[in-house]
Amino acid sequence: MTAAVHVIKPGLLTTIQDRGRWGHQAAGVPVSGPMDPFSHRVANALVGNGADAATLEVTLLGPELEFEDERLVAVSGARFDVWVDSDRVPSETSVVVQRGSRLRFGRRAGGARAYVGISGGITVPEVFGSRATHVLTKMGGLNGRPVAAGDRIPLGGHGNEVPGDRRSARAGHRIGSSRDRERPEEVRVLAGPNQEFFAGDAFDILQAGPFLVTPDSDRMAYRLDGPSLARVRGGDIISDATPMGTLQVPPSGRPILLMADRQTTGGYPKIATVITADIPKVGQLAPGDSVSFRLCSTRDALAALISQERVLMALEGRS
Amino acid sequence: MTPFRVVAAGDSALVVEFEERIDPAINAEVVAVARRLSDAPVAGVRDLVPAYRALTVYFDPLSTDYQELTRRIEEAVSAPPDTASAQGERVRIPVCYGGEFGPDLEEVAAFGRMSPAEVIGLHTSTTYRVFMLGFVPGFAYMGRVDDRIAMPRRDTPRVRVAAGSVGIAASQTGIYPMEAPGGWRIVGRTPIRTFDERLTPPCRFKAGDAAEFFEIDRQEFDRFDESAQR
Repeated sequence: MTAAVHVIKPGLLTTIQDRGRWGHQAAGVPVSGPMDPFSHRVANALVGNGADAATLEVTLLGPELEFEDERLVAVSGARFDVWVDSDRVPSETSVVVQRGSRLRFGRRAGGARAYVGISGGITVPEVFGSRATHVLTKMGGLNGRPVAAGDRIPLGGHGNEVPGDRRSARAGHRIGSSRDRERPEEVRVLAGPNQEFFAGDAFDILQAGPFLVTPDSDRMAYRLDGPSLARVRGGDIISDATPMGTLQVPPSGRPILLMADRQTTGGYPKIATVITADIPKVGQLAPGDSVSFRLCSTRDALAALISQERVLMALEGRS
Repeated sequence: MTPFRVVAAGDSALVVEFEERIDPAINAEVVAVARRLSDAPVAGVRDLVPAYRALTVYFDPLSTDYQELTRRIEEAVSAPPDTASAQGERVRIPVCYGGEFGPDLEEVAAFGRMSPAEVIGLHTSTTYRVFMLGFVPGFAYMGRVDDRIAMPRRDTPRVRVAAGSVGIAASQTGIYPMEAPGGWRIVGRTPIRTFDERLTPPCRFKAGDAAEFFEIDRQEFDRFDESAQR
């Protein structure tokens, strides 16, 4: 039997995620995947995994995990106090966890979601080519649900990385979680795809903000509270696809930011879409945080994405 | 050439929009363009999502040649019309109407000022186009429903609608592939599993298919159910 990690305590919402279930949205199958794809990939890179490996996404309150064999482990994303047995270990750095040792999460200092990369990756069965957990449709992960106490999470083989090849992501690579929590997170958006549904001043209001992430927010979507975004056209659009990061506006004028577990299609007009490079920032928001939006150009969006990719490729040893 | 435009949805998706109407001919364009782009894939494209009047093309901006993608989209739109063999399949769906399986059948009958049997007659005498899938895996949006029974959604959606439930929402009809919350008027239930990730293909429908319903009674439903589980 392949080695595994045992779940002693599950944390608030800990799910197995990989890059997502792409290629099946035409059948209505949601993409899912990490809320902060950057930190997910950092966690994999730090332990020598490929970008397609599955990690654990930890939400607000972390788990306690016991390892059946020696593994290289890294925690990336939200800033948590992390312990291996009685030793405090740095995050954004790979550490060797011995057979029988426990990885524990303590206090959270910033950000909402951390990713646990484990050398060899998590090897639950793929559903439609992905291990990503989508709770609503019960797909992926462990029978489509968050991990629970007593679970045994299967791990893949991990080659020669343990214990030699340690890596660390330097400060500044961290996304979002080191910001001043009193100030809104600034996120860049591109206008559209349904900008003709909105008055010109709706874009001023969108950029003035700020918007509060309400408690009614989860992996599917963030419901935002703030100034109302007025429409110039009544009614809804004829339903079409709903990319991650789109800000859809129901008749109430209160925008809804669509996230990883969103439905594949929707009927509310979409005023703007968060650029791919800023999705990780949004994925680190928790209820009670605030966010502001700033329009940018496609050129800026791509430049930001390319500089992020350079950081990731360097970490992956591909630069 | 068919009027269309390409709109960006962020930096990783393009929406190919046709005329803003729910119309089988327009939807046929969407389905045809999706098929052409999937038959000869463009490097970097991650997903193609056909909807009523728009096709969304998801791509990885770091590995996609944007000029090439837009050129290929234009080519796919202007390609000559499909032959009949490229059209969708015909799918026949057994439905046990009314009773505990169709709690809203009486209301739809009252809405149409007719008997429940006449509602069933109208619902089963139409061939519906599958315009798109969405909401949950395998949920097909089909139309159009005869105007006389095209009752709008419930004001308050149900928290749970059973798997297999067949509903009406104004001019649309559809089947819940799994238990889900929903506001459609439920008139019956099918014993067929319309989505099962263990089957190939997992989904009974795809956009562009033609669907027909036929009535079965409770006994046939139960027998069907048993044989399907065996």
